[in-house]
Amino acid sequence: MTADQPASASASPVVEVRGARKVFAGQSGQRVEALRDIDLTIGRGEFISLIGPSGCGKSTLLRLIGDLTSPSGGSVTISGKSAHRARLDRDYGIVFQSPVLFDWRTVEKNVQLPLEVSGVPRAERHERAARMLELVELSDFAGHRPWQLSGGMQQRVAIARALALNPQILLMDEPFGALDEMTRERMNLELLRVWQATGTTVVFVTHSIPEAVFLSTRVVVMSPRPGRITDLIDVDLPYPRTIDTRELERYFELVTRVRESLRAGEGREAGEQAEAGRRVRAEGLSA
Amino acid sequence: MSGEGSVTGRSAVSRRRRVLGVLIVVLVIALAWVLIKFLAGDPWRIDGQLVHNPPFRWKLANDQSLPHIWQVFGTMTRPIQPGGPALASLLFDFSVYTARGAALGFALGAGFGLSLGILLAHVRVLERALVPYVVMSQTVPIIAIAPVIVIGLQAGWFSVAIVASYLTFFPVTIGTLRGLRSADPRAIELMRSLAAGRREVLWKLRLPASAPYLFTAFKISATAAVVGAIVGELPAGVRDGLGGALLSFNQYYTIAPERLWAALIFSAGLGIVAFMLVVAAERLFLRGYRQTEELT
Repeated sequence: MTADQPASASASPVVEVRGARKVFAGQSGQRVEALRDIDLTIGRGEFISLIGPSGCGKSTLLRLIGDLTSPSGGSVTISGKSAHRARLDRDYGIVFQSPVLFDWRTVEKNVQLPLEVSGVPRAERHERAARMLELVELSDFAGHRPWQLSGGMQQRVAIARALALNPQILLMDEPFGALDEMTRERMNLELLRVWQATGTTVVFVTHSIPEAVFLSTRVVVMSPRPGRITDLIDVDLPYPRTIDTRELERYFELVTRVRESLRAGEGREAGEQAEAGRRVRAEGLSA
Repeated sequence: MSGEGSVTGRSAVSRRRRVLGVLIVVLVIALAWVLIKFLAGDPWRIDGQLVHNPPFRWKLANDQSLPHIWQVFGTMTRPIQPGGPALASLLFDFSVYTARGAALGFALGAGFGLSLGILLAHVRVLERALVPYVVMSQTVPIIAIAPVIVIGLQAGWFSVAIVASYLTFFPVTIGTLRGLRSADPRAIELMRSLAAGRREVLWKLRLPASAPYLFTAFKISATAAVVGAIVGELPAGVRDGLGGALLSFNQYYTIAPERLWAALIFSAGLGIVAFMLVVAAERLFLRGYRQTEELT
């Protein structure tokens, strides 16, 4: 999979995952292989979507990149340094499915949190938080409490917070999964605008095919048991993408392409399971 | 937000309604008291003159066990010694004295309980080792502990405060332990992704997240501190507080039961004031938090 990365990725890789594995200890002591032989290179300024059925390890891969969990084998490097070092250097911004805003802080103070933790002086904190809120068009709500805002607005605050330290990489774990379809499409446009304004690298976990195609420069297709990358699809739709992008023929082709790729991964899995079933039955007969 | 004005309006209405509710309850209790005396008390006399003979007799409602409500309030207006201050003003001074011990005890106990909770939450080994003893400390009756503390520390309002703090710290420790672990695991991960240290996670996330639990603990502790201060005065032989008053009025109960009842009302009042102070602090402190239901 690593052989033919697009030129943009190999020019200045930000994320390099080499032979990464992740094995969890299951409930009854058995080992669950969440990720096997992951190789992935992400170039500066790319927008990468990880897509696949649940249990394919896409969130685990995101967490490996962000050093929220460590690999059982292989390596993850961020701009040439270890993921751990990158986390200590505060190279990551992170957005979860739920906004995870602090109730006891105002919207502005929530956006200031990363700045406080990294010791940015007060005046600069205020100025940068204001800029971030402007970026997500929530300046009027700086003094509100998070719970006074709608779900979409809360998620925009979370994005502003994630970008406050101007991180190298923005990690997003199904950030719009809890939003309704209309809000979600609006948030997609908003996110693309923010991404282009900041030039940050985005790793985006989703299980929506249209969302992945609409947003990404590349879609990483994964399949479960064990979690692995089964396909990399370049999305050659022009930027800036607008609502009209969703009407393009090429857009539909790519959606179909991703869907077929996902189904192929599933089919392979189904085939393997059938194969395993046959083996078990054969062994049962021979015993 | 356009709703803000109406929100304050609603809270003012609900406050008025709550005050009204409290008054109604007080009135109902007073009426029940009078009714019981009317139905099953001793014969009512005014200046030796029989004015009412209740149809039933009930031991718990006789003049010895349950004085007339007007006797209780009447005795408050009279001095217990000729030329002395009225009982109510005496009891008020006693209450202030006891409140001082309770307040200091609450502060010490809450501070200790909070520190212990933070320590136990961070060092699992200590939690497993110490929590059984913390629980055990509360199973020992305070009556048994109080003399040890008071005599060990010399009688005085500081030793009284220590007894009060002994009752205070436990709910706070338990509340802190629970509260510090109430933070959203995602929020912990967020702090981790920001490379935040333990202290920052504590100050910026765990402690603020635990505030609702802490205030619940403080409410329990505030009333416990009043009880602790009163009990602490008994072995100390302190005569200036409610504990001393309760003790001496106990001894005169057969002669003047209404005095003990008066002291009892002041003690209960002090407990309620302590509770209400915590509620007020809670409202002030948690006003930015998401309101789930009406706070107590």
